[in-house]
Amino acid sequence: MRVSLKWLREFVEIDLPPEELAEQMTLAGLAVEAIHYPGKDIQKIYTGRIVKIEPHPNADKLVICRVFLGAGEPVQIVTGAPNVEEGRVIVLAVEGARLTGGLPIKKAKFRGVESRGMLCSWQELGFDPKYIPADQAHGIMVLPPDTPVGTDAKPLLGLDDVILELEITPNRGDCLSMLGVAREVAAILNRPLRYDPPQVAELARGIEGRTRVDILHPELCSRYVARLFTNVRVGPSPLWMQERLRAAGVRPISNIVDITNYVMMELGQPLHAFDYDRLREGRIIVRTAKAGETLVSLDGVTRELTDEMLVIADAAAPVAIAGVMGGLETEVTEKTVNVLLESAHFNPTSIRRTSKALGLRSEASVRFEKGIDREGCLPAAARAAQLLRQIQAGDVVAGAVDNYPGRRAPEKIVLRPARVNHVLGTALTGEEISRTLSRLHFEVNEAGEELLVNVPGYRNDVHQEIDLIEEVARLYGYNRIPGTLPCGVSTLGVRTRERALADQVKEILVGCGLTEVVTFSFVNPAVFDRFNLPAQSSLREAVKLQNPLSEEHSVLRTWLLPGLVEVLRRNFHRRVTNGAVFELGRVFSPRSRALPEERLMLAAAGTGKIAGGWNARGLTVDYYFLKGVFETLAARIGLHFSFAPVNNHPSFHPGRTARIFSGEEELGILGELHPDVLENLELTGRVVACEMDFAKITALARERRQHTPLPRFPAVERDLAVVVPRDVPAQAVEEIIKRAGGPLLHSVSLFDVYEGEQVKKGFRSLAFALKFLAADRTLTVEEVASRIENITAELAQKAGAEIRAEKMS
Amino acid sequence: MEQKLLQMAEEAKKVLEEAKSLEEINEVRIRYLGKKGELTRILRGMGALPPDRRPRVGQVANEVREVIEATIAARTAAVKERIKQARLLAEKIDLTLPGTNFSLGHFHPLTLVQRQIEDIFLGLGFEIAEGPEVELDYYNFEALNIPKDHPARDMQDTFFIGEEVVLRTHTSPVQVRTMERMAGRIPVKVIAPGKVYRRDDDATHSPMFHQVEGLAIDTRITFGDLKGVLQTFAAEMFGTSTRTRFRPSFFPFTEPSAEMDISCVMCGGRGCRVCSYSGWLEILGCGSVHPQVLEMSGYNSEEVTGFAFGMGIERITMLKYGIDDLRLFFDNDLRFLEQF
Ligand SMILES: [Zn+2]
Repeated sequence: MRVSLKWLREFVEIDLPPEELAEQMTLAGLAVEAIHYPGKDIQKIYTGRIVKIEPHPNADKLVICRVFLGAGEPVQIVTGAPNVEEGRVIVLAVEGARLTGGLPIKKAKFRGVESRGMLCSWQELGFDPKYIPADQAHGIMVLPPDTPVGTDAKPLLGLDDVILELEITPNRGDCLSMLGVAREVAAILNRPLRYDPPQVAELARGIEGRTRVDILHPELCSRYVARLFTNVRVGPSPLWMQERLRAAGVRPISNIVDITNYVMMELGQPLHAFDYDRLREGRIIVRTAKAGETLVSLDGVTRELTDEMLVIADAAAPVAIAGVMGGLETEVTEKTVNVLLESAHFNPTSIRRTSKALGLRSEASVRFEKGIDREGCLPAAARAAQLLRQIQAGDVVAGAVDNYPGRRAPEKIVLRPARVNHVLGTALTGEEISRTLSRLHFEVNEAGEELLVNVPGYRNDVHQEIDLIEEVARLYGYNRIPGTLPCGVSTLGVRTRERALADQVKEILVGCGLTEVVTFSFVNPAVFDRFNLPAQSSLREAVKLQNPLSEEHSVLRTWLLPGLVEVLRRNFHRRVTNGAVFELGRVFSPRSRALPEERLMLAAAGTGKIAGGWNARGLTVDYYFLKGVFETLAARIGLHFSFAPVNNHPSFHPGRTARIFSGEEELGILGELHPDVLENLELTGRVVACEMDFAKITALARERRQHTPLPRFPAVERDLAVVVPRDVPAQAVEEIIKRAGGPLLHSVSLFDVYEGEQVKKGFRSLAFALKFLAADRTLTVEEVASRIENITAELAQKAGAEIRAEKMS
Repeated sequence: MEQKLLQMAEEAKKVLEEAKSLEEINEVRIRYLGKKGELTRILRGMGALPPDRRPRVGQVANEVREVIEATIAARTAAVKERIKQARLLAEKIDLTLPGTNFSLGHFHPLTLVQRQIEDIFLGLGFEIAEGPEVELDYYNFEALNIPKDHPARDMQDTFFIGEEVVLRTHTSPVQVRTMERMAGRIPVKVIAPGKVYRRDDDATHSPMFHQVEGLAIDTRITFGDLKGVLQTFAAEMFGTSTRTRFRPSFFPFTEPSAEMDISCVMCGGRGCRVCSYSGWLEILGCGSVHPQVLEMSGYNSEEVTGFAFGMGIERITMLKYGIDDLRLFFDNDLRFLEQF
C-alpha cells in the first residue's frame, strides 16, 4: 500500500527523516518496501494563467502564450501544445527550473521567438500515465480554473510528498488505510493520534421513509449503513483531493466517486455510491443472487451470478456485486442528482469466494476479504457526508439507515504477564506490558496477576492471548529480546541411514566422474512416446496436475531417466557433448490411497567421453563405463551387482542393456538408449543410462567390512587365453574357470578381449589372470598344472573353447 | 722393461683420460690388462730377464696394474657420473604440462549448501525428518492453521493433484507429521529439507524449489531460543561477523512470527545493489509455534512451547556463491555445475 507522508502527518506528528521512520515501521511489523520521492528532481514550477495566445509568425504549429504568474508582467512562452486556451490555469516551469529526470529549463528561441520557460505536461512532472486525463494526454496539464496562480505548484500536485510503499501482512487489514497506518506509527513513535469523529452539517429533513435496507442474509452482511445525498453536483473533485488519491495510487474520477475512494483510503471502509433515482423503489435488498441473474458491472462486463454470490439489489434486480464491484446501471454519472451511499460490512469469506469466482479484485474487495471494522461503517458514511459538504458537491439528508444485525460485543482477552515472559524469554512486568498495549489502544485492566484486555473493533486479527503476546513483542522490539540457546534434555543430531547412504552414494558417483543434476519433478507426458513406451507401460501411469503451468510440466515424473537425458540434450545443443550426470530424486505413481507412492530413485546418464588429456586416452561413456561406476558403487556399499541381459525394453538397445540385480532382488536397468529413442530426441551419438530403486539399495546395503588374514605363502599366477565362440558370455567362461579351478583358485580376472585376424571368425579370445593360493603351504608347479588342465578340459567341453596361450606371469 | 712398464702406465693413463664412454674404458682395460693385453704381453717377456731382476720387475708390473686399475675405476666413476648427469639433464620434463586429469564429477550447488545447513543443525542436536512431496491439504494447510478460504492461501499459489491433494507448497507439513509421529513426546528437534512447489514461474520464482524446515518443541522453549539458534546458524553459515535482525511478520502457523535478515554478505551492511541499499538480506521466516498448531497435533500448548523456521535453499545458495539467476539451478548446464 502507498502511504503519503503528508496525509499521514494529519494524524500523527512525525519529525524524523523518512528513512528512519521506515526502519522503525519495518522493525515493528509494518514493512516499508520502498520510499518514493515523486518530485525530488523537480524545482521552480509555478501555477500560472494563460492570459493571451497569439499565433507564431513563423510556425503554424506553434503559438505564443503570455502567462500571468500572479504579479508582474506575463511571461512569454512558445508552445506547440494543442490544449492551450486563454484563461486556463497551467503549470509553468520558469527559467532555471528542473523537471523529472533533472531536465533543466533555459531561455530559448523557437523560430525566432523567445520563450522564457515551458508549460508542463503530466509526463514531464513524472506522473504515471494512468492518472492523465484523456483531454490532457497529448498536451499540457490543465488545473481547475479556481486554482490560485503564482504559487509553487509542487505542494499542490503532491510533488513535495514522500510516499512509503508498505507491504501489509494478510492479517493486518486494518492497516490498509491512512488512519490504520497512523495508529501504528503513533504507537511506534509513542505519540498521540490526532483523529476526531466527523461532524456533518445535515439538512433538516431526515432519511426516514425515503429508503429502506433489508438484509436477507445477516451471516453474509453484518451491517449496512445507507445515507442520502441530495442536490448533488457531479464534477471534478478539488485538486487537493485528487492529489491525495493519486498519492494513494487511485485515479481521480469524479467528486462523488473520489469521496468514496478518499474515505476508503483514509479510514479503510469501502463505500459505494448509487444513483438513488435509478434504484427501483429507492430501496436496498442485500441478498444472494438468483440462478440465471446477470449484472453489467462498472467495467462494462456482463457478469453471470450464482446463488453463492452476495449482491445488492433494488426492488427488482441486482445493482451491485456486494463488496466487489458496482453495477453500470446505477452508476453515478454527470446526470446524477441524488446519491445513496453504502457503507457496509460483508463476510470476508463470501467476498473472497465471489471475487475469486469472477476473477475480479478491487481495492474494496481486498479490504472486505481481510476484514474491516464493522463499528467503522457509520463514521465512514459520516466522513463522506462531511467531505461532500466541504467540497460543496451536494446536501446531506439527516440521519442514516443503519441495519446492524451482526453487532458484537468487543473481544475481551485474559493476558498473563508470566505467559508473556514464558513465550518470549523476557522479564517484562505487568505494568510494562500494559503500557505497551495501551499505545496500540488496547484497553487494559488489571485483575490480580492477570490483565484483562479489551480489543478495539478494528483489530480483527486479535482473538487470543498469543495474539496479544505478539503485539507486546513487536512493539517492545524483537531485537531487544536476547538470543539464547534452548536448555533441557540434549539431543543427538544424526543423519538417518538412508540420508547418510544417499550422501555416500553421491560422493562415490562424483568420485567416478559423474555430475549431480536436479531436474523438475513435473514432466511433459509426451516423453512417454519419445521413450517408445508401449500403451500399457506402467511408467505411463502418472500423477496429473490439475492446474499445471503448461503441458510441458503437467504430470509428475514416473522415472528420472527422461529428465537426465533431457539435460544431456540441452547441453548437447550448447556444444557440451561430453558428460555423465546423475540424480537422486523421487518419482511418483498413483495408487488407490489418497497420496501417490513416492519412491527415491537413482539414475545416471552419459554420452561422449570423460577424463582423458594429453597423457591419457580418456574414458568412453558407454555401457561398460556406467556398469563400472555401479560396480564400484556396489563394492563401496557392501553389495555385489549382477547384470542380466534384457532385449525387450522399448527404450533401450536390445543388445546393450542389462537388468541389475543384487542377489535375487532386481534393482533397475542399465543400458544404451535405443536408436529410435535417440532419433525421437534428435540426439546423435550414443547415450548410456541407468535407473535404480534407491529404497531397495538402502535396504540391502550394509557395512560389510570383514578382515581376512593376509596369505602367508606365495601365490602362483597364470595367464590363460581362451578362444570361445563370440556369443559365449565372458561371465559364463569365468564361472566355468572358477568351478573347475576349485578352492585353490583364489581369483580370476579378465584382462583382455581380442577379436580379429589372429582368431578365427565368429570367435574371440578372452585372457584371464588366474591366481592360485593355499593357506597352509606353498603350491607346487604340479598342483597348479593339474588345476589348469582341469580348467582347460572343462572349458573345451562346456564352452567349446580352445586354449590360445598359457603362461606363467 | 721397467721403463716399458712405466711408459705403458703413462700411456694407459693418457688414453683413459680421453675415454668418454664405459665401452672405451673397457676397451682400455682389455688392451692393457686383458689376457691378451699389453701388460700380459710385457710380462710374458719376463722369462728373458735375469732372475734377480724379476722380483723388481714383478713389483713394478703390479704397481702399474694397480695404477691402471685405479685410473680405470676413477675414470669409470667419472664417466658414470657424467652419463648420469647427462641422463638427468635429458630426462628433464616440461613441468608446465597439466597434471593427469582425474575428471571428478561435481555436486549440485544446492546439495552442497543443503548439506552444510544440515551439518549446522545436526551439530545443534536437530534430527533430519522427511515427508511426502505430494501432500494432503490437511498437512499442508489445515493443520498449520490455514483453513480453507484463509487469505494466507493466496500467499502460496498451489498446484493441485486432487481436491484434497496438493504438491506441498512448503516443508512445513513435515512439522505436523513429526508432531503426529512423536505423539506428544518431547523434546522435538528436527529439520526437514526437501523440494516444494508453487505455481509461479518468472525470473525470481521457480515452480519447484527447496526449503529447510525446522521445529523444536519442549517445555521451556522461548522466542529468545529461536533467535539464539538462528543467530548461531547465521554465524556458521555466513561467518561470525554476520549480524542478524528480526522483523515482525505473519505466518498462520507461528506467533509471534518473524523474518530474519542478515547483514548483506556482499557489502557487509554498507548497502549495495544486492541488498537494495538496505544493508540487510532477508533469509528466512520463523516464529513461535502457534498454540493452535500444537493443539491440533496432540500437544498441550499450556505445557509445551516451540519454535519453527523455514528457509529457501536456493536463496542461501545464491547468496553464498554469488549466483544471480535462479533458473541456473534447474537448467543443469554442465558449464555451470562444473564450477562447484
Ligand atoms: Zn549489500
